[in-house]
This record gives sequence, structure tokens and C-alpha cells, in this order.
Amino acid sequence: MSHNNELMYLLTGKARWVWEETLKLHRRSPETRVASSLSPIEIFVTLYYGGFLRQDPANPRWEERDRCIISKGHGSLCMYPVLADLGFYPMAELEKVCQEGSFLGGIPDPVIPGYETVNGSLGHGAGVGAGMALGLKRRGKSQRVYVVTGDGELHEGSNWEAFMFAAQHRLDNLTVIVDNNQISMLGPTDEIVSHRNLAAKFEAFGWSAREVKDGHSVEEINDALLACRADTSDKPRALIVNTRKGNKVPGLENAPLSHVTAIKSDVIAQLLGEKA
Amino acid sequence: MSTTTMLQPKAMRDTLLLSVYEAMLRDDNVFFVSADFGSPVLDKIRADRPDRFINVGIAEQNLINVSAGLALEGFKVFAYAIAPFITMRCYEQVRVNLALLSEVRPMNVNLIGVGAGYSYVVSGPTHQCYEDLTVMRALPNMQIYSPADQVMAAALPELCLAKNGPKYLRLDAQVLPVLYGDGVDGLDAGFRILRTGTDVCLVATGYMVHTALKAAEKLSATGCSVGVIDLFNLTSFAEDRLQQEIASCRGVVTMEEGFRGRGGLDAMMFDYLARRGTGIRMLNVGVDGGYRFELGERTVLHEQVGIGVESATAKISSFMQTL
Repeated sequence: MSHNNELMYLLTGKARWVWEETLKLHRRSPETRVASSLSPIEIFVTLYYGGFLRQDPANPRWEERDRCIISKGHGSLCMYPVLADLGFYPMAELEKVCQEGSFLGGIPDPVIPGYETVNGSLGHGAGVGAGMALGLKRRGKSQRVYVVTGDGELHEGSNWEAFMFAAQHRLDNLTVIVDNNQISMLGPTDEIVSHRNLAAKFEAFGWSAREVKDGHSVEEINDALLACRADTSDKPRALIVNTRKGNKVPGLENAPLSHVTAIKSDVIAQLLGEKA
Repeated sequence: MSTTTMLQPKAMRDTLLLSVYEAMLRDDNVFFVSADFGSPVLDKIRADRPDRFINVGIAEQNLINVSAGLALEGFKVFAYAIAPFITMRCYEQVRVNLALLSEVRPMNVNLIGVGAGYSYVVSGPTHQCYEDLTVMRALPNMQIYSPADQVMAAALPELCLAKNGPKYLRLDAQVLPVLYGDGVDGLDAGFRILRTGTDVCLVATGYMVHTALKAAEKLSATGCSVGVIDLFNLTSFAEDRLQQEIASCRGVVTMEEGFRGRGGLDAMMFDYLARRGTGIRMLNVGVDGGYRFELGERTVLHEQVGIGVESATAKISSFMQTL
């Protein structure tokens, strides 16, 4: 597929900026979950800057918006700079994460402009997203619903109730994106309860499934999202994006216990190329 | 009560669903979601409003999540299942996607739970429901309705459609005697006075309103003056008016088909009376002895756990002697 070089340049730059901003946010608020927020950066950047979501930052509940449910709430610290950059709220808010009076908490809530639902508790996005997708269809609306979930989160059985339901009702306006970093809080998901082949599972559930081999390539994600959109089947779409938890942070990347690990300030300074 | 006999007794589920059906014919914004639970009236909804009816299957978590999603898209949703399952099988979904989310985003989702208390008599404790009032009361914005007859049940959908927020409608599964053959109005009060009395006032909900009326008859035959109040809104009622009604009594008796002392109607009345500083004495009639597996008529089961007419009357009688 031919790439729009200008767009890829923009997305790559944004992804790098969001990665840096996420580390800075974590330095200011070490209680945030940084490792699981580093794996979905390219997914969110491609969705929000790549033209896949029609949104109006000045009117976050604009009826004509595409809905994006960030089901893996803990691991979406990286969304704070994205939403600020897009104009959902002032950049200055990023200075106040986890502080008294701020709406930007350690786990996001829908008091944050741009967040649709409650996400801290896991396994809710797919079902609520399916309900929204059904509602939009019943109203004859063309908006799409995207749900970004983690692979660890898919241990919650409620997801699979929703996946069966979405296929049954041919919710082709629903796309579930799995940030497949393959590590849950206490170790690799494969060693806890293996999902085995997620794409095959979705297919078996009646979904149209695709896989992105390198989930840190905005080109690959962009191509896959375009393919999901161009899919003419009446099936809901699943996109399994293989990512690395703690991406590009030595000691954190793919570390089994990275979920609850904080990064030291001097390491962040080094990663950001800051002078001592 | 003159027209009482004119109404054909029906299950409150059926009269309530008929009201929902009529609302769905009028209003395209009403959606009905079932967790594979039916009723003859539901067949009319399925036939005449197939695009506004969904059966999610035996999947209560998804029942709530899909209902929440539909509500976020502006639909007024009725979600329907057996009482213990719609309250406890999916409590996390109710808490997060209805109670919590509706604090931020306006939603109208109405949970219809059928099978209050022992109404599924032979099905045993999985299908019987003695904890729902407790768990639903714990959610600070959940509105709880517990009607005692088919007329009251039929009036609830209109009330629910007019009011945003999460609501739980606790319905009996059996056909109960008609209490409000002359109709119900003034539902905002949250309670109805069925008998006035000066010695003791029985505050009951659901099926237990009928037990209270029978107990009151028996007690009045011994010369006691006993009032009976049907408290059908367990979250919001006219507090001043209720106080006026019970102020003249020497004692209050709560009567519920749920575990006693576990946070249901009794806890609600404790809180209310304490806040009002009435100092009035109270007796709580509720299910004693935990889960039971015996089979028998509902009235027999009720006597075994201390909430039948005979056992309640005896308890109230002893209580009155202490006043």
C-alpha cells in the first residue's frame, strides 16, 4: 500500500512527542501506570491524528463524532497529551495530573473531555461499545465505534459475551483494537491464561480479524485501520496489534512486572536527552 | 376498593410490560433488552417493535453493558431478567456503567427484576431473591421501586421514562391480589397508606404488604389499632408525610421479604427514623436463618423463616406488649 509520506512523517513525530510527554507525566506523577501506557501510543496517535476519528475537541459530546472507548483505562496515560494537543483541554492541565483539583487522575474517568466511559475497571468497553454501535445502527447513523482494549483485559469474560453479541447483530460499525503487549500485571498473559491465537479466536467468534505485526509502526497500524474501514463484510472488526509493554525504556520494556514499576527520574532525563 | 374485583388479577410483570409496550408504540426512543427472559406481553414487543427489542442471551453482564451503550446513544432502556441475576450476577456492570457513569452522562436505564423474595417458590435459593434491596441500596443514585400490586406496577414505566438515572424495579413473579383497583396517583410520595392505626404502624414493601394487611386484620380483631403503609419507593419518599403518619403510633414494624438486619428495608427505616430523631421503637420482620432449601407453599416457607402471617402477627403482638 502506498503511504502518504506527509501523514507518516506527522504520525511518527507525534508518536515520539507523545512518548516523551508520557514519560514527563510519569516523572511528575510516579503513581501512574507508565509501562502499559507506552505500548498503545502508536495506536492512539494513528487513530486520533490519522483521520480515523471524526471529533470536535470544542464539543467533546458532538453527536456526529466517532466514538472511541479507551477500555484499557490504566494504560492510557499517553492519551492525556494527545487530547490536550488536539484541544480538548489546555496543555497546562498536563502539569496537574494526579494533583488535587485536577480532572486528570491516575486512572481516567469520563470527567475528562474526550473520554466516553468509565474505564478503570476492565472488561467494560466492548459491551458498552457494542450497545453504542447497535444504537447508532438503529438510528441509521454512519458513525463508527472504536474500542481499545488490552490483551490482559480480555481475561474478563464480559468481553466474550460482547464479542458474540456484536457478531450476532452484525455490528460492522464496531472495531475492537487489542493492544497486545502480552503482559498482564503479574507476568506474561501466555503463562497466566494463554489467549493462544487471538485473531483466530475473533474469527471463530464471527469477527473479521487482522493483525499488526509491529504495533510501533504507524504505517502498519494505518494500513490495518484503512483495511478495517474498507472491509465490506457485515462483521465487526478486530485488530490485534502486537506491541511492547514499556516500549523503548530499558529495564521496563517487556519486563514481566513492568505494570507496577516506576521509572526513575534520572533514567527519564537520560531518555529525553536532558542535560544534567 | 369497590372496583377491585373488576380487574382481572395478573402478574405485575405482565401489566408493567404492557405499559412498556404501549410506551414503545408511542416513542421510538424506548428500547427493550432481555437476558433470555420472556413473558406473553414480550411477544407483542418482539412482534411489533422488533427493531427496539434485543435478547442478549443468558449474559447479564452484557445485558447491562449493551443497555448502557444504548442509553448513551439517547435511548431510554428497559433491561429485563430474573431479580437475583439482574442485580447480583452483573453488579459490577451496574455499578460502573450505570450508577457511576450516569453521574457524568445522562442516562435512562431501568432494570426490571422479576422474582422478588420467595416468588419462585420451587426453584430454590438461586432463583429466590432476598439480598437485592441491600445491594441496590448501596448505590447512591439507584432509585428502587418495589410495587405490591399489578396496578402500581403498570404505573411505573411512565414514571421511569420521565426521570433520568438508573432504576431498579423489583417485581413479584406471582399473581397477587389487587390493592389499587381504583388506580394509583400521587406516586411521588413513594408510599401509600392502606390502613391507619394508632398503636403500631406496619411499613411493608412488595408481597409483604399483603402479609401486613392480613396481620393487621388479626391484630385489630384483638382490639389493636394497626396502620399499614405500602412503601414502594425505597430511595425517595415524602419523609415529612410519613413521619406525620407514624408519629401517632407507639411503634413501627418493617416487613420485607429479604434477610433481616442485612441492609434492606429495615436499615432504610433505621436510618430514616434516626435522622428524623423520632425515638420511636421499631421491630423488623425479615427472613431469619439464612438460605433454606425446603420445598413448600410460599406461605409455608414464610412461616419457616418468620415472615408469614402467623409468625409476623405473633412477633408484632409481643412487640406491642413491650411498648
